[in-house]
Amino acid sequence: MSQWIYIGLFFVVGLIIPVGAITFAWILGPKKANPIKQSTYECGIETVGESWIQFKAQYYIFALVFLVFDVETVFLFPWAVKLSQLGLFAVLEGIVFILILIVGLVYTWRKGMLEWV
Amino acid sequence: MSFWNDPLKVAADWLMGIFTGWGMPEIAAQILIGFLGVLILISLLMLLDIFLVWVERKVVSRFQDRIGPNRVGPFGLIQPFADIIKLIIKEDITPGGADKVVYNIAPMLSMMSVLILWAVVPLAPRIIGVDLNIGALYIIAAGAIGTLSIIMAGWSSNNKFALIGAFRQVAVMVSFEIPMLTMLLIPTIFAGSMGLNAITEKQDIWFVFLAPLGALIFLIAAIAELGRAPFDMAEGESELVAGYNTEYSGMKFGMFYAGELLHAFTFGGFWSILFFGGYRFLGLEQVNAFLAIAVIIFKAFIGYWIIMWIKYTLMRIRIDHMLGFNWKFLTPLSFTLLMVVALMNALLQGTPTWLYASSMFLSNLVLGWIALELARSYSRKEREKVEGPKPVAEAAHH
Repeated sequence: MSQWIYIGLFFVVGLIIPVGAITFAWILGPKKANPIKQSTYECGIETVGESWIQFKAQYYIFALVFLVFDVETVFLFPWAVKLSQLGLFAVLEGIVFILILIVGLVYTWRKGMLEWV
Repeated sequence: MSFWNDPLKVAADWLMGIFTGWGMPEIAAQILIGFLGVLILISLLMLLDIFLVWVERKVVSRFQDRIGPNRVGPFGLIQPFADIIKLIIKEDITPGGADKVVYNIAPMLSMMSVLILWAVVPLAPRIIGVDLNIGALYIIAAGAIGTLSIIMAGWSSNNKFALIGAFRQVAVMVSFEIPMLTMLLIPTIFAGSMGLNAITEKQDIWFVFLAPLGALIFLIAAIAELGRAPFDMAEGESELVAGYNTEYSGMKFGMFYAGELLHAFTFGGFWSILFFGGYRFLGLEQVNAFLAIAVIIFKAFIGYWIIMWIKYTLMRIRIDHMLGFNWKFLTPLSFTLLMVVALMNALLQGTPTWLYASSMFLSNLVLGWIALELARSYSRKEREKVEGPKPVAEAAHH
């Protein structure tokens, strides 16, 4: 438990330093805002339409694929920690698990989800 | 236990004596000492970060056949301090349409996500922020905050360049997290623990000799995670100005910039901890704790230098090629490597160390060679689709 207090301290101090630096700069810096200065920067050209554009659906697909793999890879960590104490059977079990993951990858691949269209 | 062997404990005991002497309860004194320790570590990191700005600029200019900063102070060493003063007195511009809260939080989170990584870095045998037994997972979890800060910055800026840059960056970061996670499993298998200290202590043979391919894949995934060239199309300046931090100026931009440099250095450190023995070098770490710190800083700098070397040598890759490279090449390869390592580890249990190490090394080399051959034959086919078959007899005429 005390370990997590120290992790918490790292979060607090890690946040204090950038907050302090930015606040310090904000106090010292000039504050002369005007609409032209605050307009969206697009290399000098006026922005056309909304800035919050639609994103490409492909990003969503990759995020989904990532989610599956990320969650399942996390399951592999306890297996990896105890691997040397486990017998051959448990190792093969883990390999079957990875193979199922790979089948998922092959399925996504064959479905054309990994293509950038 | 002398000061040179375990300076952290000696200093903590000394401070404990002082604080409890003041009538402070023990738990409060402990937390205060922890706070001071964290503050000192993070302040030293920020100082290192300032130095990294100079290192980065000097090294890039050498790669590009320039001299680099050389006016302010000896070898331009004072240059980053001049930069900081410049950043501090700059106006802090918030674009009109921005989501102010998210816009202001993003640079702070970006810096924090890097600083908290150092909580689990073992600097010397007994000098480590927190010896978490899930250190490897903690790295990934803390890295996710960095991803979050990037999408926050890109989304809140109310700028198309920033948004597109953030999309790309996040797509790359989450994609390359898979091979990275998988490669974190390999030192875990060898060491039988996720704690970075335990992984360091188990490296009588550096893990790079057991899994050279693993070290290489980890480096590639780390570079992608950092968003550095050749994986830097998120900030491709020829198309997106500066990517997700286009609208940031002054110290907020400085936080992104400094965070990125420190992140690269930190991953150099992780690379050396996971595969190059961390603070261990010829038994030096047993002599003196400060020597151990010097060793790991030196190794981290070598890792950082390799990352810079790659950045300034290779050109930017298109995003579809990059995601294809990850999902169709790196991910299957890293899973195959994981299976091979796990199986070899089980089969070679109880064999002499030389046999274990050499079989691991050879299996890695064979797997890497097979993967390269597959990639080569595939790319040859792709090339021939575009260019037609290569004329064979041409070389004979010269």
